[in-house]
Amino acid sequence: MRVLETGNHLIALAAEASAVEVVPAYPITPQTQIIEMIADLISEGKMDAEYIPVESEHSACAALVSASLTGARAFSATSSHGLAYMHEMLHYAAGIRVPVVMANVNRALGPGWNIWCDHQDSISQRDTGWLQVYVASHQEAVDTVVQAFRITEDSRVLLPLMLNLDAFVISHTYMDADVPSRAEVASYLPPYRPLWRLDTRKPVTHGSVVYPADFSETRRSMQIGQENAREVARLAAGEFRDVFGRWHGDLVEPYLLDDARFVIIAMGSLAAEGKVAVDAMRREGLEVGLLRVRFFRPFPNDEIRQLCAGREGLLVIDRDYSYGNQGALFTEIKGALYGRADVPSHNLIVGLGGRDVTYAQIADMVKKAWKEDMPEVIWGDTQVSSGHEVTREILCEFSELFDGQPVGLVEGLDTDG
Amino acid sequence: MDEKKEEVGYITSVSRPVKGCAGDTGEWRVFRPVKDDDKCNDCLLCWIFCPEATITKETLEIDYQYCKGCGICAVECPTGAITMIKEEKTVKEEKR
Amino acid sequence: MVRFKDLPEEELFLSGSTACQGCPSSLALRIAFKALGKNTILIVVASCTSVLQGSYPLSAINLPLMNVAFATGGASASGVVAGIKALKKRGEIDEAPNVLVWAGDGGTYDIGIQSLSGAAERETDFIYFCYNNEMYSNTGTQRSGATPLGAWTTTTPGGKSQHRKDISQIMIAHRIPYVATVSLAYPLDFYQKMQKAATIRGTKYIELMAPCPPGWKFPSSQMIEVSRMAVQSGMWLLYEHEEGETRFTAATKRMIEGKVKRKPVKEYLEIQGRFRQILSSPEGQEAEDKLEEEVSESIRRLQGWVPEYI
Repeated sequence: MRVLETGNHLIALAAEASAVEVVPAYPITPQTQIIEMIADLISEGKMDAEYIPVESEHSACAALVSASLTGARAFSATSSHGLAYMHEMLHYAAGIRVPVVMANVNRALGPGWNIWCDHQDSISQRDTGWLQVYVASHQEAVDTVVQAFRITEDSRVLLPLMLNLDAFVISHTYMDADVPSRAEVASYLPPYRPLWRLDTRKPVTHGSVVYPADFSETRRSMQIGQENAREVARLAAGEFRDVFGRWHGDLVEPYLLDDARFVIIAMGSLAAEGKVAVDAMRREGLEVGLLRVRFFRPFPNDEIRQLCAGREGLLVIDRDYSYGNQGALFTEIKGALYGRADVPSHNLIVGLGGRDVTYAQIADMVKKAWKEDMPEVIWGDTQVSSGHEVTREILCEFSELFDGQPVGLVEGLDTDG
Repeated sequence: MDEKKEEVGYITSVSRPVKGCAGDTGEWRVFRPVKDDDKCNDCLLCWIFCPEATITKETLEIDYQYCKGCGICAVECPTGAITMIKEEKTVKEEKR
Repeated sequence: MVRFKDLPEEELFLSGSTACQGCPSSLALRIAFKALGKNTILIVVASCTSVLQGSYPLSAINLPLMNVAFATGGASASGVVAGIKALKKRGEIDEAPNVLVWAGDGGTYDIGIQSLSGAAERETDFIYFCYNNEMYSNTGTQRSGATPLGAWTTTTPGGKSQHRKDISQIMIAHRIPYVATVSLAYPLDFYQKMQKAATIRGTKYIELMAPCPPGWKFPSSQMIEVSRMAVQSGMWLLYEHEEGETRFTAATKRMIEGKVKRKPVKEYLEIQGRFRQILSSPEGQEAEDKLEEEVSESIRRLQGWVPEYI
């Protein structure tokens, strides 16, 4: 069925087509339209799922997991602070090995309160054991929901998957997309057959206390699930192409890399923007290509090494920051390449809190990173000083209420402007 | 113990129900309850009140392999049919 | 009229667990399982019960059991109930099992209150059982919102200076179909209330006062006696609330009707080591008076729901 819809609505339609049975839901901008549409579909009799209007995101994840452990196919959606609020439960979901799928609309974390796009929310959850995918288009959002269950429910994986889509850029804009019907999806995605479940005919205890003597093995087994997910994700994407005729890459999506001398690496909609930048630079005769990281977990180390070796330079775009170090994607790319492919690399930090990023800006940064002497981390669109640095005035603003001395330790600090 | 682990597998923390999951908890006892059948009137209170389910409803016999010696049965028995006697040997020693 | 011999013989709580001697939770589990039977899914909220059931790969509980995070009792139940509905639609289950959440006072009064409240407001069809030992026992007896005034805990070493919450009343305010309090000293009352709860659709809240021997500092053999004294002094009131009306039950009923005189709170405090300090301190008399007043106030408030007293 061809529709003109927002990214959020498409996610909801794809969940319906994937025969999702339980949806715990808590609203948060900019995810709300996903759960609103699911409520509409159920109320109109177009979707046969149990809707649980939970009272918090932590509870949303709890209900998501327990519904899945009972044997039902479960789905939810969140964003930003909601994702952060359920952090504990994300670890729990991976540890108890349920194949749930959750859409995360990538939004900044505050304070300051910011509802717009960046990847801080999801990169902050990279250690939880969840698979992570970043989609770059509306069609990919639809197709990835379907592929997601195919991957997570495979008994070689049995780990939850977080499907990331950029706030407003994808979630709220209208594009045309093909949403497969339930019958079409059923030919690709079989019904959920849980490995074990809460069943009175076969009583077992889930989530026991595990002593040090046995704990490591449960963790290693989670990593094995992630490693298997590489192959399963490739199979899932390949089979999807066979059935539906559409391809968005598997773990990565290469763009004009064959003869590229310089490569942009990015996730999400900035990778789509990056492709436009590549096209513009190609018209100028610059041999630039782009590597879109689609799966952030499991991290596509092999593909990165293969596709980056021998290049003249890399520009890794991060719409996030791992404070105290560098951009999250950049750090992981460097980790993949260390000791195997020594390629000069730069980290471009842009778009935090939804600041708009154009292909012209990306192209400009590529040229600078390639040809000029730039710092390793380039804060592409952010000024160092925006008039908000700490001055003596600020340090005394409240202290005049008591002793008038500047607050904090300011010895040696030039506070006069 | 190791056979049980193989059977469950290392995928996750799934455990199977079995009696004595903490071992022979009778070894915890310092005092053991001893029943005088002549005084017992089959009221079933000891059966109801045992936190460890060691007393059988049918025969009101105490399973000393698991009885922890908490003493509740002795205190609650209305006819004083149960007395707490200090253990001389542990369950382990008894088995030898 | 249920008698002890009517209680089923089968044990779904298996002997040889890691529970302390005289543990009220293990006894309560035994009785609850007899009332509900095998067709029950148990959700255990982080508490002593997560530990007394044993550790991987063995378990002391012969029911499908999910150990859940501390704050998630209510939400986990909502998920399981929804999953069961989905399976029923698929034709994979005939008779929906009982869903029983087992939580301590920590997971109910404090960190779990939000999730319990949400599940109750959603009218999730399950039984929420709180075994209340008036502190965070599993982590070593720290104070909770259920700890009574004057009680020693590791984080109130001088005796708690605030009153405990009354969660049963909060649950009544949620307009759920059944709220009840139970005691191990009155096991038939407990058994009957569990059985009744299983027949009612919607959220059922049942709370047990669970005297913890190491935490309250009394010999394990006295566990039932302490439970009894709590009821006889009014520090634990036995009642059930259904359709806007409260009914006192068992010994509390006899006490309210004047057939038995209420014992002074002091007698209940004196048999527990956790009140020894406050009783022997200058604040002792004041604490005792406040507790007596708390009991009177609770009775008055409950009587507001009892038709005969309105």
